Amino acid sequence: MNREKVVFGFFIILALTLNVGFVLGEIDNPAHHEVFELFLALVVSLICTVLKFGDRSHLGALLLATSLVADLQLIAAALVWAYAEQISTLGMTEGTMASIVSLAAGALVANVVSVVLLVVESASIRR
Amino acid sequence: MNTLLYILLKRLRLPLTVLIGVYAVSVLGFVLIPGLDDQGQLWRMDFFHAFYFVSFMGSTIGFGEIPYPFTSAQRMWTLVCIYATVIAWLYAIGAMLSILQDQGFSRLLRTRRFAHQVRSIREPFYLICGFGTTGRDVVAGLEQQDIKSVVIDIDQSRIDALELEQYSLPVVGLCADASLPENLDLAGLQSSSCLGVLALTNDDNVNLSISIASKLLYPKRIVVSRSENDTTTANLYSFGTDLVVDPFQQFAEYLGLAAHSPQKHLIVDWLIYPEHRSIASTYKHQSGRWILCGYGRFGRALAGSMRAEGTEITIVDPHMGSFRSEEPASVAGVGTEASTLIQAGVEDAVGIIAGTGNDADNLSIIMTARELNPRLQTVVRQNLDSNELIFKRLKSDFVMNPGRTIASRILAHLRTPLLAEFLEQAMALDEVDARELIQRLNRLVGDDQVSTQAFVLGEETPAVKEWIESGQVLTLRSLLKSPADRAKDLKCLTLLVKRGYQFMVEPGELTELQLGDEILFAGRGADLSKQRWLFENSRTLNYVVTGTEPHYGLLSYFAKGNAR
Repeated sequence: MNREKVVFGFFIILALTLNVGFVLGEIDNPAHHEVFELFLALVVSLICTVLKFGDRSHLGALLLATSLVADLQLIAAALVWAYAEQISTLGMTEGTMASIVSLAAGALVANVVSVVLLVVESASIRR
Repeated sequence: MNTLLYILLKRLRLPLTVLIGVYAVSVLGFVLIPGLDDQGQLWRMDFFHAFYFVSFMGSTIGFGEIPYPFTSAQRMWTLVCIYATVIAWLYAIGAMLSILQDQGFSRLLRTRRFAHQVRSIREPFYLICGFGTTGRDVVAGLEQQDIKSVVIDIDQSRIDALELEQYSLPVVGLCADASLPENLDLAGLQSSSCLGVLALTNDDNVNLSISIASKLLYPKRIVVSRSENDTTTANLYSFGTDLVVDPFQQFAEYLGLAAHSPQKHLIVDWLIYPEHRSIASTYKHQSGRWILCGYGRFGRALAGSMRAEGTEITIVDPHMGSFRSEEPASVAGVGTEASTLIQAGVEDAVGIIAGTGNDADNLSIIMTARELNPRLQTVVRQNLDSNELIFKRLKSDFVMNPGRTIASRILAHLRTPLLAEFLEQAMALDEVDARELIQRLNRLVGDDQVSTQAFVLGEETPAVKEWIESGQVLTLRSLLKSPADRAKDLKCLTLLVKRGYQFMVEPGELTELQLGDEILFAGRGADLSKQRWLFENSRTLNYVVTGTEPHYGLLSYFAKGNAR
C-alpha cells in the first residue's frame, strides 16, 4: 500500500463527495445548500490541485486541468455568494442561489472526470 | 521551462497544502465561534469577513478587530491562528528559498539560461568543447577575429574562470558532459549560425563522440578534434573530420623540424604561431646528440620524429629499466641530479629537452644541465599555464607548451585553411629557398607579428570580379600596392596562388589572375587590412592599376569639364 496514493485518492474523492453534498437539493432553495459545505469543497479542491502539481505524465496533466476547472467554478460560486450577502442590496435571492448551485454543479462535473481518471489510472496498473 | 516549473511545484506540494489547511481551519474557526455585535447581540462572522480577517492577520498586517470588537473566545482563537499562519508562511517561503538555492535546481536554471543565450546568438560562432589551455587560447584567438564562441566543459571551475575572463565579446559557457548529444544540442549544435565544432577535451572518446555527432547531423560543418593516439586519429579522419590535432605528435614534429630544418621551422613558426622568435635567434643550430628527459607519450613521439630525421638521442627516464630492451642507449633517473646527466653524457651533447610531465622537474633539469654545460641548447616543456612567469625567466631556447601549440595550429586552420596547404608545399622547398622566403618576410615585417589572409577571387571580391569580367588584365603586382599611394608597396607578399589543383608557391609579380584563384598573402596586419580595399572597392582598384580615379559624381564631372 502506498501512503501517498491513499492521501491523494482520499482528497480527490472527498472533493467529489463534498461537492455532491452541496449541489444536492432544489437548485434555488437556499435552505438546501449549506455555505460550510461550499467552503469545505473549495478548500479540499485547492488541496487536490496542489497535490496534483508536478506530475509530468499525460494523465497527470489532465488531472491537474480538471482540478483547476473545479477551483475556478467553486471560487466563482463563492464570489457570487459573497456578492449576494455583502454587497447586493437584495440579499440572497432564489436566482442568485440558482446561479451559485449551477456553478458548483459545473465543478461537480470536473470532479467526476477527475475521479474517473483516477479509477482508469488505477485499473491500468498491473499487479 | 516546463521542467523547472514542475520541479518547483512538486517540491512546494507540502508547504502549499499546509498553508491552505491552516487558512481553512482558521477561517472555519472564526465562522463557528460566536461573537457579539455593538448592541451586545449574538453575532456570527460570515465566511467573507472571516477570510478577510485571516488574510490580514496571516500576513501580519493587522487592521484590528473588525467589524466588532472580539469576545474572549474569538481572541483566543486569534492567538492560535496568528502563530499557526505565521509558521505556515515561514515554512512555505523557507521551502521556496531552499529550492532556489538547491544545487540541482540552480544547475537547471543555468542550463536553461545558457540554452536561451545560445539560441539568441545571431552571428556566426564556434562551439568549443573543453576549456583547457588549448580551449582558452582558441577562444581568445577567435575573439580577436570578432568571432563568438560557445564553450562546454565538464569542470565547473573552468566555466567560472570563463566568466571572469575579460572578453569583449560575451562568451557563453556551460558545465556539462560534451559527449552527450543533448548537451551539444543545447550549446547550439543544430543552430544555423554554428560555423564549426572544436572537440578539444583531454578525453579521446569524448572528442570522438562529439565529432561523430556533429558530422552525422551536419556533414559540411567544420569539425576539428584533438586526439592522443593514432587509432583515434585514423577513426576521426575516416568520417571526414576536417582537422585532427595530436598535441604530442604535433609538437614532436614541430620540434623535430627545428632540429632538422631550421629555416622551414621558422616559416612554420612565423606563419602559425603569433609570438615568433626573431630571425637572429635562430641558428646557432648544430647537429649532434641530444638528451631527452621523460619518456612518456610526449617523449616517445619526440624520440620517433627526431630519430626519423637522423638525430641521435639519449633518453633519461626514471622507469627506463622496463624499456631497456627497446632503448639501449638510455639512463634511468629523473635527470634533475647532476650524476644522471653526466651519465647521459651531458658534456658532449648539443642540446637537452626537459619533457617530463612535472614543471618543477623540468626547470630543475634545465638549471642543472646548464651548470654542467653552458653551451647546451635547451628545450623545456611547460605543463601548467600558471607557471608562465617562471618559464619566461628561465630564458630557455624553446618553451614548448603543447596546449598552446595546437591552439595556434587550430586558429591558423580556421582563419585561412589555405595556409595549411601552403605549409605542405613549403615543406618541399629546399633550405636555400626557405631561407630566402624567411628573409623576404623579415624585411617586410621585422619584429612584428606576421598575419595571413586568403581570398578566393569571385563573389567575395567584388572589385576584382568586376575588373576581370570587364576583360582587363590584373596582375599580382597591382594587388600589392598601397591604396593610399600607388607608388608605395604594401608590406606584404604573396605566398601561394592556387588554381584548381595547381599550386604556385611564391608566384611572380606578373602572374595574371583569373576568377576562381585562391590567393594567400602574408604580411603586417595593418597592411593586410588596407589590401582588403583593393578587393572590395572598384575605385581603389582602378586607382592602383591605372593611376587615375574615375569620377562618378555629377559635381566632379562638371568641375572636370570646366577645367578643361
